[in-house]
Amino acid sequence: MQNIKQSNFSEITMQAIFFLSALISVLAVLAICLFLFMRGIPAITEIGAMDFIFNEKWGPTNTPASYGILSMIVGSIYVTAGAIVIGVPIGLMCAIFLSEFCPDNIYKIVKPAVNLLAGIPSIIYGFFGMEVIVPFVRENMGGNGYSILSASIILGIMILPTIISISESSIRAVPESYAEGSYGIGATKEETVFKVMVPAAKSGILTSIILGIGRAIGETMAVVMVAGNAVMPLDKIELLKPIRTLTTNIVTEMSYASGLHESALISTGVVLFVFIIILNASLSSINSKAQRN
Amino acid sequence: MDRTLDNLKQRKVKAFLFKSFVWFCGILTVGILIYILLFILLKGVPKINLKFLFGEYNSETLSVFSSMVTTVQMIVLSLLISVPIGVFCAIYLAEYAKRGNKAVKVIRLAIDTLAGIPSIVYGLFGMIFFVQILGFRASVLSGVCTISIMILPVIISSSEEAIKSVPDTYREGSLGLGATRLRTVFRIVLPTAMPGILAGIILAIGRIVGETAALIFTSGTNVLKNPSFNLMASQRTLAIHMYMLASEGLPHSRDMAFATGSILILVVFVVNYATTKFAGRIGRSQ
Repeated sequence: MQNIKQSNFSEITMQAIFFLSALISVLAVLAICLFLFMRGIPAITEIGAMDFIFNEKWGPTNTPASYGILSMIVGSIYVTAGAIVIGVPIGLMCAIFLSEFCPDNIYKIVKPAVNLLAGIPSIIYGFFGMEVIVPFVRENMGGNGYSILSASIILGIMILPTIISISESSIRAVPESYAEGSYGIGATKEETVFKVMVPAAKSGILTSIILGIGRAIGETMAVVMVAGNAVMPLDKIELLKPIRTLTTNIVTEMSYASGLHESALISTGVVLFVFIIILNASLSSINSKAQRN
Repeated sequence: MDRTLDNLKQRKVKAFLFKSFVWFCGILTVGILIYILLFILLKGVPKINLKFLFGEYNSETLSVFSSMVTTVQMIVLSLLISVPIGVFCAIYLAEYAKRGNKAVKVIRLAIDTLAGIPSIVYGLFGMIFFVQILGFRASVLSGVCTISIMILPVIISSSEEAIKSVPDTYREGSLGLGATRLRTVFRIVLPTAMPGILAGIILAIGRIVGETAALIFTSGTNVLKNPSFNLMASQRTLAIHMYMLASEGLPHSRDMAFATGSILILVVFVVNYATTKFAGRIGRSQ
């Protein structure tokens, strides 16, 4: 009898511990939001929200100091768009290759390669970009090589594994009967893949793209090594010119910032965080839509 | 008749082009990987020597020894914090939580959010909370605390998947023999799910080793001559060591950045191999 009571007791205690452990993730998210906003929002109100977000002049050490991050918001959008333009077509085609065209013995090489690509740290990508892509852009396209283009290429490579793995599994999840129906009306393999399988997998592919956007917009170290990090006035932003993004703004100046300058950098992080939350929200709305269908 | 033939030819040409492009992209992906790896390894591996690996750090050796020791400390300590929390959370989600429960929805949303937060934001949070508010200063401890939160979603999702893949018959057998639910979880479910949980832990190790942005303002960029186990000291990990060398811009430090990069790549190889090995094992056991 006592034995049963004892085990009942430990059952309940452990269940409570499991539940509390699960709550830690919630606590962590709340703490991250709370402290970021606590430090970031006062600075935004002090600078003025409109001035902070829609002013292109960033000069924390100027007198009078100016704290506008519009140029970095635009910079983040440009390099992310560039990454999508480069990474999505290649990634999607590679996913189609893996799920539909790849012979087994080649699959055994390509699939681990994609996984390995996902495991390479961003610092390696950044260094590779600095040593290979920046000189390549400098010699073949002009400018000093540290540019939107270089950052886009590196980010495009970095989002490949995300795009490939998720798109591949969503194409594989399309029921075989879809393909059979298409073959039945005389379509070729390629037409079937392109006109039936890929459209049927579109919500998974969209998910992969959004995750790729999230990875690209939040990437810091790889970008800081290839983007040149100069704050450009909006009308001077060009593909082959340097750029500063939200993330690189934080990392290039944090080490010597203090006071309002430091808070403004944290506010830059808040803006980035809001971008990420919007992406996450759109992701869950896609998922719930896909589940309903 | 001619038109249909033409049409057919056109379709065949299109199909051929499409197929070649798909093959090209597959090969391109592998090519990019091989290029990156060879580029770093070919320039880096010849630069590795004993003094670099195990010597004292100075401007001549630029040794990785003390950064390596810091990296290992960082791995061990953050896993000590995250693995119990993550596995317990996964047990709750997979074994105890009822479907459609409101709390579960909130917890899942939180885990997804954590997984999507960029490492620079973790770095900012760590700097505000651990470094400044809790007063840990820029130290290994601050780095460990920050990293532990960052790797939680990795550990939770792989553990949950592993636990869910344990067949229900195992649980029924154990419960049928009169074991309690708790005993079933610890004696039957967890041991069966262990390979998947290990795969998640190894994946987390990979993330810790490669992490830079979350650590640069928490554990800092300081480097000590010799390895130290002082958790309150600011020390750099391998990845930050590489970043510092790369951004210095001197020829010697650039060479050593290649060497550090090669070590990082070797770690990534091991991590990748181990993950697929463990993950493959659950696949086979079913």
